Amino acid sequence: MTKAENPDLTYPDLSELDIPKDKLALMEGMKEAEKRALMARKAELEECECREGMFPNPVASRRSFFAGAAAAAAAAGSLPMVARAAAPPGAKEFEVPPDPTKVQGRLTNDDGGYGSRSQFEDEVRWRFPTKTKESSWTMTPLAAGMGMITPSGLHFERHHGGIPTINPASHSLIVHGMCDTPKKYSVADLKRFPSDSRINFIECSGNGLTEFKAPYLKTVQGTHGLTSNSEWTGVPLSTILDEVGVKPGAAWILAEGADAAVMTRSVPIDKAWSDAMIAYGQNGEALRPEQGYPIRLMLPGYEGNTHIKWLRRLEISDKPFQTREETSKYTDVVKDGKARQFSFTMEAKSVITFPSGEMKLPGPGFYEITGLAWSGRGRVKDVEVSTDGGKTWHLASLQGPILPISHTRFRFPWMWDGNPALIASRCIDETGYMQPTIASINEVRGVNGHPKFASIYHLNGIMAWAIGADGSVVNAAHKV
Amino acid sequence: MNKKLTVPSCGATIAAGAFVVTVSFTAVAGAEKFGFGSTPTEQEIAAIDIDVMSDGRGYPKGSGTVAQGKEVYASKCAACHGENMEGVKEAGGAALIGGRGSIGTPKTKKTVESYWPYASTLFDYTKRAMPFNEPGSLSNDEVYAVSAYILHKANIVDANATMNAETMSKVEMPNKDGFIPDPRPDIFNYR
Repeated sequence: MTKAENPDLTYPDLSELDIPKDKLALMEGMKEAEKRALMARKAELEECECREGMFPNPVASRRSFFAGAAAAAAAAGSLPMVARAAAPPGAKEFEVPPDPTKVQGRLTNDDGGYGSRSQFEDEVRWRFPTKTKESSWTMTPLAAGMGMITPSGLHFERHHGGIPTINPASHSLIVHGMCDTPKKYSVADLKRFPSDSRINFIECSGNGLTEFKAPYLKTVQGTHGLTSNSEWTGVPLSTILDEVGVKPGAAWILAEGADAAVMTRSVPIDKAWSDAMIAYGQNGEALRPEQGYPIRLMLPGYEGNTHIKWLRRLEISDKPFQTREETSKYTDVVKDGKARQFSFTMEAKSVITFPSGEMKLPGPGFYEITGLAWSGRGRVKDVEVSTDGGKTWHLASLQGPILPISHTRFRFPWMWDGNPALIASRCIDETGYMQPTIASINEVRGVNGHPKFASIYHLNGIMAWAIGADGSVVNAAHKV
Repeated sequence: MNKKLTVPSCGATIAAGAFVVTVSFTAVAGAEKFGFGSTPTEQEIAAIDIDVMSDGRGYPKGSGTVAQGKEVYASKCAACHGENMEGVKEAGGAALIGGRGSIGTPKTKKTVESYWPYASTLFDYTKRAMPFNEPGSLSNDEVYAVSAYILHKANIVDANATMNAETMSKVEMPNKDGFIPDPRPDIFNYR
């Protein structure tokens, strides 16, 4: 038994760091979002068993938080009646019998034929507090993740104009431009083509943006939650390109979404021919609306923004389109004041998800260090773990199957002696590229590269967590 | 439904994962295709083919002046981007002007004026996604006009400017040479 302590809700004073005002505001916002999530837990902490103690979010009492929040919202008229059930999002509230062997359980198929998660499970994405909820993002709770797949309902989100509601029966994809025969495909048309399924991660290139200069957010959800891994099903884009007959000289394809942002990105035609896919399936069922229902573009290994959701148009051209999202955004200003453009590939990266920030180890003894590794360039070859601040590194075991451009689960058995420890992981992908330190990235790219950040995008540096003698775990980015 | 039996003549296409093989098969076999889908009409394509490219392709008909743009801006844009295009944090609207020459300095300020490499992007984005509360509602004339006004406030076109397909294509943005290709991997720590 251990007593989980209240989370520390103080944050580093940033005023002494050389951080531009705009960046400061953004970081403050992220801090507030994380604080709210931690406060929700703080209100609920109580004694719990060992494993529970590692995650300071005891299950039974957390329910009352959601019940209270839902009731308050309902009273304020902001929720429909149905949402009053005191269950976490994605769950339904049922009475708990004293002995489940002495009463019949719920009726078969009484859920209408679509299951929900247990009312005792309440991990949720949390939202970055942007000024509008239409243009915003949410982060995947990586600390609670198991294996390599992200549940569809916990896949991170980034929207620029909200989540459109699209009837697939009236949605179509038009392919035109430098081709012999322009085509219009209904969703049903696309599903007639030979299909393929692949397990790929999608990572927002802004994942980790708060950590470029100093350790900042406390949890792995905050520092790394803009990556998720799903099985995607659809038709290879190469099949569609064959159908329309690409003309010589074609070099880029504009992908455009049917949301209010009418999101657009230019895609190199080599990528379109190789492993790009028009996906309609995610983890064995249709895409979730927030993931692009009814169809999205998949560009495995490329930064998340290029995976255009709610795809409505592909225009084949000889030049990139220089859209807002590939000029004013998603570009990295480096040392000489120039900005790197079309930085598509998400490079090798890893993070320890257990133990990670805001957890508490109940005492010396055995722990399984575990986490995720991935690379946009292919398979993870090795993951190495250090428990001495990077002095020595040891191979972690990788959970199979090790798939290209997919989250790969690593595990490392560890006997903690109770002394302060600095733990970290680094990923080596099949190209031989080894995940660098954050310092080495900043050294190459500079720290004045952006109006708001040292940089915003493409941080794949080594992440470390510091374990105190009391078992507390805190963000130690930059310390390895 | 067994998709592979539906179009047996395309077996080689299905089996060929690499596009090179697929293409040569198609060429040799005389353009065997699944043939699903329909042919969109020109009107159907035109209705959603709204992009404008940096070389001027895609600009629609229409025009607008700085003076007209000032009115459009006041009624449709100022609430979020500020009366003087300084941005409004509470509304989530970015600053549109200022910061010229600041990119890469500790006081880097990215705006249309200081950072955006092409005027086409300003027209394209405004047309497709603005104003935030009524996306895609501006007429082509209104987008030309408000582009003229923003470019004028950014000291890029003069106060008498009329923007249309031709004049927009000729605009040179201050940071047009500010972008380079992705050189990564930029850290050579291989094993």
